[in-house]
Amino acid sequence: MKQPRRLAKWFVILLLLHGIVAAAGFFAPYDPVEQDREHPYLPPMHAHLIDAQGHIHARPFFYPLRPREGSFDQYEENTTTAVPLKFFESGAAYRLLGVLPSRLHLFGAEGGRIYLLGSDAFGRDQLSRILYGGQVSLLAGLLGAGVTLLLGALIGMAAGYFSGWRDEFLMRIAELFLALPWLYLLFALRAFLPLTVSPFDSFLLVVVVIGMVGWARPARLVRGVVLSVKERDFVRAARGFGASDLYLLRRHILPETAGVILTQAAILIPQFVLAEMTLSFLGLGVPEPLSSWGNLLASLQQYNVLVSYWWMYLPALAIVPFFLGYLRLASALQQRTVAYKIGEKDLWNPS
Amino acid sequence: MRYLLRRTLHAVFLLLGVSLLTFLFSSLTPGNYFDEMRLNPQISPDTVAALRAQYQLDRPLPIRYLHWLNAVAHGELGFSFAYNTPVAPLLWVRARNTLLLTGTATILAWLVALPLGVWSAAQLGRAPDRVLSWATATLLVVPDLVLALGLLILAVRTGWFPTGGLVSVGFDELSPLHKLRDLVSHMTLPVVALVLGTLPMLVRHVRASVTEVLGAPFLRAARSHGISDRKLLYHYALRAAANPLISLFGFSVGTLLSGSLLVEVIMSWPGLGPLLLEAILARDLYVVIGGVLLSMLFLVAGNLFADVLLYWADPRIRIAASAK
Repeated sequence: MKQPRRLAKWFVILLLLHGIVAAAGFFAPYDPVEQDREHPYLPPMHAHLIDAQGHIHARPFFYPLRPREGSFDQYEENTTTAVPLKFFESGAAYRLLGVLPSRLHLFGAEGGRIYLLGSDAFGRDQLSRILYGGQVSLLAGLLGAGVTLLLGALIGMAAGYFSGWRDEFLMRIAELFLALPWLYLLFALRAFLPLTVSPFDSFLLVVVVIGMVGWARPARLVRGVVLSVKERDFVRAARGFGASDLYLLRRHILPETAGVILTQAAILIPQFVLAEMTLSFLGLGVPEPLSSWGNLLASLQQYNVLVSYWWMYLPALAIVPFFLGYLRLASALQQRTVAYKIGEKDLWNPS
Repeated sequence: MRYLLRRTLHAVFLLLGVSLLTFLFSSLTPGNYFDEMRLNPQISPDTVAALRAQYQLDRPLPIRYLHWLNAVAHGELGFSFAYNTPVAPLLWVRARNTLLLTGTATILAWLVALPLGVWSAAQLGRAPDRVLSWATATLLVVPDLVLALGLLILAVRTGWFPTGGLVSVGFDELSPLHKLRDLVSHMTLPVVALVLGTLPMLVRHVRASVTEVLGAPFLRAARSHGISDRKLLYHYALRAAANPLISLFGFSVGTLLSGSLLVEVIMSWPGLGPLLLEAILARDLYVVIGGVLLSMLFLVAGNLFADVLLYWADPRIRIAASAK
């Protein structure tokens, strides 16, 4: 496939994936914190078309689950009442994208709750929690990448443009940050910040911590671009006409770094989503009752959950399509930028 | 020789920088290990103050740093508050377990990746290469966390492998052969997780660097001389493609202590990872600093090791270095 089309394809796919998560209220059948204490650890329900009497139905339906005789966590289908699947149902209130109040859900059920991906210890719907959790995880990744790229671009431009001792100093620090294993750096930074804070604060904390970790690589790449661009004729000409440093950086040099910054964004965002997942999984990130892809997995650290309730693993798989999308986007972007600047190939692999 | 000396000096400065950075971070901490004691009405404020003084936490940061540097120069890494022992032996036991795990995983991963990558490059564009590329691309998008948890669930549900720890409970009573079997069965899961985590990256690098040299005229010449394909691939091509791979191997060696942190925590392997995590949660300052520094030491040593190997393997570097 041709380059631009490949880029566009993966961009659209990613946009759709993010759209689903952003509109979690519509796609999720229930409120993510609504509990159903009667039904903890409900396994995923199966849709049926043929009922217990052998009749075929056009509309898919579910059988509600009830505890098996003499057991508290084993369920069986109650075939006496069918719960039909309904599309565009009215249900729990939510705000679409945080602003539009709505009650419309993509699907729901009449006369009972359906758990497509099972329920957790408090009987909360897993599907809803995964969708809403994606908002937290992806936002943390996006904001973290934003912070990192801003830091990286600023530092890289300063180092490349002003060269001399400032360049030396900044690049030595960047080397330090590059050398530290990033998970350690993440932990170390997190370790020295308060442990118990409100969910919103801890979300911000996670974003800042993640954002502080990765600036070194984009800074070095941006520096490389700036170093070559600032000696180009059009920049020299502009300087000759009396352009100020700030003007040169903003008007002539920043646009040239866009390719590197975009590629780095596509590489960093999934890494940072994963960083949020890791922190939250270990209990250092976003706390309950807010859900994130990381803290949804935290229950797997309990042995009994691991043994009995395999569907608690499902949130882990949510990140895989996003990873795939970003990886492909990054490689398409990288090839595009390299194709643009043939002859400057070594720029993209600084030693 | 001057080249190597410069690299070594560079490494030492890097380590100093990291230790300074960790100390700086730690001084930003709002609280320390003894803060919890302050909440306990049975411990008097004087005791807490005395303990703080004993561990020199009441001194200013530069003094503490110098003290610590002095201790490191004498082969000590400070004192753990939580375990109430010197840090060095504590880290040593854990580091040994980690190295056992990651050493095995790294060797296995390279042993698999080298032939796979070369083979894939030789079959470039044909069905086996495409299948392999597809497989590595798939593995590449599965993060460690997801992979390790998935393996753990698999193990628990099938009961094929034990799901945590280093050895079974009655390990000491077993015969040597059973001891080995017990250890291997405990290691299998984390090793598989680590190998699968690094394999796709390695295979892709090997494939890319071998592909790059396969079109070289000297290889065509060698083939026309009637040298067998196998010898051509593994002797000539692999050797010519070795440079980036040596750097990568140095990196593999460097991450021996730091690369398995998450897998260790998930699979409850008693290595550095869980220790470090606990220490961070308990604000056990010197254990954190010691752990970070030890893994940094490995990273730097790995890079240095790669530099030495490159110097030895590539005449171009030797000439460039002596020309300077």
